[in-house]
Amino acid sequence: MRDFYGVTLNNPLMLGTSQYPSPTVLEAAFRDSRAAVATVSLRREQGAGQAFWDLVRSLGVHILPNTAGCHSAHEAIMTAQMAREYFETDWIKLEVIGHDDSLQPDPFELVAAAEALCADGFKVFPYMTEDQVIATRLVEAGCRVLMPWGAPIGSGPGLANPYGLRSLRAAFPDLAMVVDAGLGLPSHAAQAMEMGYDAVLLNTAVAQADDPAAMARAFALAVEAGRLASGSGPMPARDMAAPSTPLIGKAWL
Amino acid sequence: MMIDVNGAAQKINVDNLAAALEQLGWADARVATALNGRFVPVAERPNTPLATGDRLEVLAAMQGG
Repeated sequence: MRDFYGVTLNNPLMLGTSQYPSPTVLEAAFRDSRAAVATVSLRREQGAGQAFWDLVRSLGVHILPNTAGCHSAHEAIMTAQMAREYFETDWIKLEVIGHDDSLQPDPFELVAAAEALCADGFKVFPYMTEDQVIATRLVEAGCRVLMPWGAPIGSGPGLANPYGLRSLRAAFPDLAMVVDAGLGLPSHAAQAMEMGYDAVLLNTAVAQADDPAAMARAFALAVEAGRLASGSGPMPARDMAAPSTPLIGKAWL
Repeated sequence: MMIDVNGAAQKINVDNLAAALEQLGWADARVATALNGRFVPVAERPNTPLATGDRLEVLAAMQGG
């Protein structure tokens, strides 16, 4: 099984910590999803940092700090360095935004930041488009995990380019890969796992559901179903019908 | 001297980063710092001098996706 820089996840689900109605609901969502990883960020201290840090640590999951909102390699590198010290982890979800409407990653700044951070000992989880050339550059930079988007952050339509995601999965069979962002429903998560992805990362679909804990549980069931299906050798799809009930022995009526 | 702390002008009367954090009420707080766009690790704060007009960022954990 492909691992995440030497770490095997109990459950292939990474969950964001943002946008929940309350800390209690956040805790319930993590409990009911059995998510193995929590994403967090660093922002200007306004008095609530310590309490949130205590809450995140109490979840008992791996912590994956992000560089959300950074628009340049420099900003992302500085944020990563601060996150490593603050959160006491060398994992970093590398996000370098290139476009404000789509929140699409800037591939040039992303690769530049990944090169610097990998050289500095970080274990980089790059948020990227499903572009194979960018993926190659990120792997050359030292990334051992790739995180292509399903669709723009917070949009929720599911996998916008299944062909591209399938191709990327096939191109890097030895790398752990995560579909990150754009998932709105558990079926989208199942689809990503059925393609052979190693985990999914989501936030809004759970946090903004009417019942976040129940939706978290639904995603947990979906990723488990998708993972089982992926390892079970799905049948090839075909255009023509093929009867499943034997024709031999059918009565002459 | 006046420095910029998280986007707001603040007056301090000490000349290094560790002392400034103490004066600003973050003596025991778990925070990460950047000065003029560069990360300053905890261990380097006492030896990091401040000058008028410096831009100090003081960050802490926040929800994220």
